Amino acid sequence: MTLSVSVKHTFEGFTLDADFKAPAGVTALFGSSGSGKSTLVNAMAGLLRPDHGRVEVGDRLLCDTDQGLCLPPHKRRVGYVFQEARLFPHLTVQQNLRYGRWFAGIRGSDTEERRLVDMLGIGGLLTRRPGALSGGEKQRVAIGRALLSHPLILLMDEPLAALDEARKAEILPYLERLRDETAIPILYVSHSVAEVARLATTVVLLDKGKVLKTGPTEEVMSDPALAPAIGLREAGSVLSAKIVKHHDDGLTELASAGGRLFLPRIGGNPGDRVRVRIHANDVVLSLDPPGRISALNLLPGTVTSIRAGSGPGAMVQMQAGDDQILARVTKRSIAALGLEPGTGCYAIIKSVSVSRADIGAGDQSIAKSDTTT
Amino acid sequence: MDFLSPEEWTAVALSLRVSFWATLVALPLAIWVAYLLARRDFWGKQVLNGIVHLPLILPPVVTGYLLLLTFGRRAPVGEWLYETLGLIFAFRWTGAALAAGIMGFPLMVRAIRLALEAVDPKLEQAAGTLGASRPWVFVTITLPLILPGIIAGSILGFAKAMGEFGATITFVSNIPGQTQTLPSAIYAFLQVPGGEASALRLVAVSVTIAMTALILSEVLARRAAKRVAGA
Repeated sequence: MTLSVSVKHTFEGFTLDADFKAPAGVTALFGSSGSGKSTLVNAMAGLLRPDHGRVEVGDRLLCDTDQGLCLPPHKRRVGYVFQEARLFPHLTVQQNLRYGRWFAGIRGSDTEERRLVDMLGIGGLLTRRPGALSGGEKQRVAIGRALLSHPLILLMDEPLAALDEARKAEILPYLERLRDETAIPILYVSHSVAEVARLATTVVLLDKGKVLKTGPTEEVMSDPALAPAIGLREAGSVLSAKIVKHHDDGLTELASAGGRLFLPRIGGNPGDRVRVRIHANDVVLSLDPPGRISALNLLPGTVTSIRAGSGPGAMVQMQAGDDQILARVTKRSIAALGLEPGTGCYAIIKSVSVSRADIGAGDQSIAKSDTTT
Repeated sequence: MDFLSPEEWTAVALSLRVSFWATLVALPLAIWVAYLLARRDFWGKQVLNGIVHLPLILPPVVTGYLLLLTFGRRAPVGEWLYETLGLIFAFRWTGAALAAGIMGFPLMVRAIRLALEAVDPKLEQAAGTLGASRPWVFVTITLPLILPGIIAGSILGFAKAMGEFGATITFVSNIPGQTQTLPSAIYAFLQVPGGEASALRLVAVSVTIAMTALILSEVLARRAAKRVAGA
């Protein structure tokens, strides 16, 4: 099911003019605060009536101002998970979960409810009221509530932004399961590169009310031209890989399109797919294969593009197998090594620089790592 | 009941009946007006707000006289109501209920409006995205959340109706068994020699009813507030 959105809206000196199409899977609407993400999502949900706009989910037209059509929120079948869970305080968790289901007019889908409750791990909370839940629990209930209303699409507006790191880490696996176990398309709004890198299949990069780029996560994340919009410190490529073996010394061996990776022990079994985010700041480039060096990961490849900013640094994109790797180095190093597109070089990545938060479960839609093992 | 004479008992029963109907009929209207004032922007909002609060500021006698001018048998509205619906307000218990309801109305609106303004519209938005149309959102989300305000408003309105004197006596006079409510009866007993004992007994009844209403509202409101807090 594809999603097609085109919205023009002006208010308080800010103009949103965004246009994108997204395939099934998780589409991340990514951008800094004030880039217009929430406005766009509210226009999709019908909470805001845009000056001009067209929103289509699958073959269902939700809004087309040219035709004078703009469905009210309750007729859109759009599930919305808000930043603050917005659970109904006077209802129990179970009543909250069933609220949308009741309006969707669906009876007898108890099996589905049980499956979702299990998946979200909220079985023990059903009789409680929202006031007695933690932030992470509230958000999981909100996700279940939205899904049980049988939406055509699920909108998630920074669902983790109000939570601390521990709570985020608690919920992210549930979101990965949601991506992998349900067929419903998800539009995930976020300004966190880590979340986007872990969850998204497609990224829509929004900047100052305009769409800079729409594309597969790996492609958008490893595009040196987009690094300034993503944030230089946050920029980094996303690799999909497969777990080969857990070694006795605590390292896990992964096979990626570019070569073998050794990372500190990660969860999962041999054969499982994972996606790994490699910060551009953590990558060292070398023309020759280094001899005696402590870094364990060495990926050979070719420089594909270089983008220098106004400062002393530059972003180098390198092709390693089918994967792109982004490295942030100084202009001085580029000159010293004579790097230019076509130069063969090695990317050196320290195992310990990849943290747990950079590794997530891989989704089925990325199958290319299969071909390399 | 031996504690009260039949005449006193009539006054108490009438007062309860008048206040009950005044509150019951005024309540939906008060919720609606409170919703308009809290949630909607429209031309003449301040005028509506002023009219609603007028009975609180005007001397009750003025309100009673205005009611007489509007709802009297020969008055325009009163005549129309009689001819179309057969409703008579002047010098009937229904008139006492009307006066009591109007005097208590601003108190009810204020309490409910405060509760409405405390409801997070974001919850109503969320209900909308879950498939609830506006009326359903109101019934399933807004109404339960403002329940403490509705209870408080009703009790206030009821208490005001029980105590209403000036507007009632001006509008519907002081006819035993028809329009002689508790306060009117107390006033009447104090006007005749030897009526103090009766007046005192009615005062005791008044105090009892008022206290019961207050305690009841406190308990109900606390219970409802606890539910709304979601704990």
